Amino acid sequence: MTTKSLPLTPKDLASDQEVRWCPGCGDYSILAQMKKALASLDFPREKMVFISGIGCSSRFPYYMNTYGFHTIHGRAPTFATGLKMMRPDLQVWVITGDGDGLSIGGNHLLHAMRRNTDLKIVLFNNEIYGLTKGQYSPTSRIGTRSKSTPTGSIEGPLRPLSIAIASEATFVARTTDVDITHLVTVLQRAAHHKGSAFVEIYQNCVVFNDGVFEYATNKSVKNDNLCYLEHGRPLKFGKDRNKGIRLHGLTPEVVNLGSGISDDDLLIHDEKAEDPTLAFMLSRMVRVPGDEMSFPEVMGVLRAVDHPVHHELVQQQIDEQIKKRGPGDLQALLTGDETWTVT
Amino acid sequence: MTTTLDVPKKEVAVEERDSVTIRLAGDSGDGMQLAGTQLTHTSALLGNDISTFPDFPAEIRAPAGTLAGVSGFQIHFSSSEIHTPGDCLNTLVVMNPAALKTNLKDLELGGILIVDKDSFGTSDLRKAGYKTNPLEDGSLSGYRLFQVPITSLNREAVAELKLSPREADRCKNFFALGLIYWLYERSLEPTLRYIKTKFSKNPSVLEANTRALKAGYNYGETTEAMVVHYRVGKAKLAPGTYRKITGNEAIALGLVAAAHATGLPLLYAGYPITPASDILHQLAEYKRFGIKTLQAEDEIAAIGAAIGASFGGVLGVTGTSGPGICLKSEAIGLAVMTELPLVIIDVQRGGPSTGLPTKTEQADLLQAMYGRNGECPVAVLAPATPGDCFAMTLEAVRLATQYMTPVFLLSDGYLANGAEPWAIPQVDQLPDLHIEHPKEHNAEVDGQPVFHPYKRDAKLARPWVAPGTPGLEHRIGGIEKQDVTGNISYEPANHEYMVRTRAQKIANIANDIPELQVNGPESGELLIVGWGGTHGSLLTATQRLQRKGYSVSHAQFRYLNPMPKNTGDVLKRFKKVLVCELNGGQLRLLLRGHYLVDALGYSKVQGKPFLVSEIEEKAEEILRS
Ligand code: SF4
Repeated sequence: MTTKSLPLTPKDLASDQEVRWCPGCGDYSILAQMKKALASLDFPREKMVFISGIGCSSRFPYYMNTYGFHTIHGRAPTFATGLKMMRPDLQVWVITGDGDGLSIGGNHLLHAMRRNTDLKIVLFNNEIYGLTKGQYSPTSRIGTRSKSTPTGSIEGPLRPLSIAIASEATFVARTTDVDITHLVTVLQRAAHHKGSAFVEIYQNCVVFNDGVFEYATNKSVKNDNLCYLEHGRPLKFGKDRNKGIRLHGLTPEVVNLGSGISDDDLLIHDEKAEDPTLAFMLSRMVRVPGDEMSFPEVMGVLRAVDHPVHHELVQQQIDEQIKKRGPGDLQALLTGDETWTVT
Repeated sequence: MTTTLDVPKKEVAVEERDSVTIRLAGDSGDGMQLAGTQLTHTSALLGNDISTFPDFPAEIRAPAGTLAGVSGFQIHFSSSEIHTPGDCLNTLVVMNPAALKTNLKDLELGGILIVDKDSFGTSDLRKAGYKTNPLEDGSLSGYRLFQVPITSLNREAVAELKLSPREADRCKNFFALGLIYWLYERSLEPTLRYIKTKFSKNPSVLEANTRALKAGYNYGETTEAMVVHYRVGKAKLAPGTYRKITGNEAIALGLVAAAHATGLPLLYAGYPITPASDILHQLAEYKRFGIKTLQAEDEIAAIGAAIGASFGGVLGVTGTSGPGICLKSEAIGLAVMTELPLVIIDVQRGGPSTGLPTKTEQADLLQAMYGRNGECPVAVLAPATPGDCFAMTLEAVRLATQYMTPVFLLSDGYLANGAEPWAIPQVDQLPDLHIEHPKEHNAEVDGQPVFHPYKRDAKLARPWVAPGTPGLEHRIGGIEKQDVTGNISYEPANHEYMVRTRAQKIANIANDIPELQVNGPESGELLIVGWGGTHGSLLTATQRLQRKGYSVSHAQFRYLNPMPKNTGDVLKRFKKVLVCELNGGQLRLLLRGHYLVDALGYSKVQGKPFLVSEIEEKAEEILRS
């Protein structure tokens, strides 16, 4: 059969399956923006693969008219790793959630990123278990009241971006489900990155955790709470772009611009920095409600560096061995070094 | 003997032996496994039939001199066909009192006992729990005891090289080996060649080991105590060219051959675990063959990567031992549901839990059959000998790819590390397992071409489409599928239909495998039944019983799910059926359940293979009753 001619339209990427998320769920927007982002790539859809684990977000592959594999809870990166090793020609996306990726599947997420496997990992963070009907997750904030924490969660949350950076992911970014243009741009950049790309999306679960990202999505307040990163530009935020991040020794601090503090005093974002320290620092910034001088939460690309990619290194070793010792001779291998003959 | 040795000759008698069983035993740091492997290799090259049983502790270096730290290597070499490493030792070499204490019971009365007398000091004796010195208290009077000062003679032999005593002592395994070579008329050449290649980067170690080996040999040549050589002639194996092979080696070679036979790239993904790791190690060396390996972050990731590879249209293989299978269960279920080919190698060890990591057992049969949630059938195969691991690996790949199913290959610690002669297969005679992935749609809906991922062929296998194929984009997953379309379906009748269809697909494999073979008459008083790695002991016991005039036959299952089509008929042709297995009776349960036969059982769960005599005695007891 013939390939669908390029360029694709978002519609070409829609499967015939009825989408079954709750009405109003943030996942709808992510699906729509994903199709837009991929249609813009000039890449054939038969070479795209979506692999997911278990959870609301993990139904995603069924809705894409690409190859797809809905696997088991937490393990999507493992299937993706084997696939990408053996089929480097494919563009492999991993769709996961905060429970799937950071709780049951934490180990696999770490190692997929550590190997710099060329995967585009998209973690839908809604800070709750949706599909199992509302238990707190490893990203839920302290005090989160859920079915399994009726008196409030007492456990501190993981920060997905910190985990990604600590795990040596070579592309690390964050966006939100409703910031359509930004979401498309981030997904496109992840698609173009060679190596392990990790994208956290703040995703609203209307049923079990509605409004948990209100501060980051409500247009009237979000600019006070978010800092959009731009490579080579100072870290500024606020509705009037009147605040910035400055380094005080090794510690970041929020400053008001003016009265002797200018853009020149601010930290300049460098997504290409080899040293992940500053990126890690950015990943640690958490908004404190009600605090005038609270840190913003960063959006955009924290880190984008070029490192050798896992499947290429695998192939390189094979090529080197063949160059050094010649291609394998199966008969010689079966025969081995020492034999004897019975007549 | 091509090595010239500059020593005076003494009068030596030569005695012919049909077969000999030797065990080398010492501390786990004493290099007994290496010495045993060399003895095996040399004996194989000499043309003997061989069978070996390496037996070592799980600890890499348990406290020196203790009973827990004893490592042994048993080899049976013969001028006639043999199938087991031997029940009873003719010769035992012990490097310390602990090795004596743990191994003496297996030495025949009147057998040759060679001890390193230098290592029988007071503290050595105490560590082994001896109150008096067995070399002096007369307790060894039933054996032909040779007290050889191995440690000091070996140090002397390498003295010129100015090694530290520790380094010098590391060669004493080769001294002992040299002595055995003298005693059993073996050539030093293969081991000298080995030493040369192995230590080519380390001239002083190369020289030390060479000298140690020769010194041991020369000691035999000169000592007045030893006046007899034993000669074991070439075995009359079927004509052909042979090499020595262990089960783990044969699996690794089988996988490379399977990649060749299918024309598909292969990914082997594993996580370090005894006794399966050597398969990973070996395949990691085969990069020139295009083989890719992944040491995954855990057992789950290893099977995940293998399934991911299969989804990608290439061969995905994972290997582990029982504890790893526990972790892989959920993913195996996914491969059953998504009907993807997958080979799962389980090199069984003693269980449950961590159990006996370095010891053999066959207790994962029911786990392989049923150890998953839901109705989740897979094909299960079990190689019978180390060399058979090659053939059964190819079979596993054949069934996995042609029936779109996970296939278990149940090896065990005994097969994995045991060695035997192997008739080298010719590449042009390997089975043709060539795979073509579908490129075209397989249905039409409203006049439009569509692809249905669960539309089956006559065997009930679904099409294996490789991603990247235009127009056949589709999604699969672990949720129940609608038949044909593969769409998610929670419909009750469809679920039952799919459960039955998946089971029928596995059952259909019975049409495509060899019948159960009976060794001996097709009917009679007693059928001795086993599966997998116990083949050698059961066959040998059966042959001995037949020679004694009993009406006994033997059948070994290599295909456990499905079982061969003639299984029920075979079982019913014997008055009694005795199922012998290294577990609590798992195959017996299956046979009784499937075929309503009143099968008797003989179980051994000691982390050790069956002795031939154990089977013989049990069978005789039944036959006489
Ligand atoms: S439960 Fe929450 S996350 Fe899941 S589909 Fe419904 S709204 Fe979306």
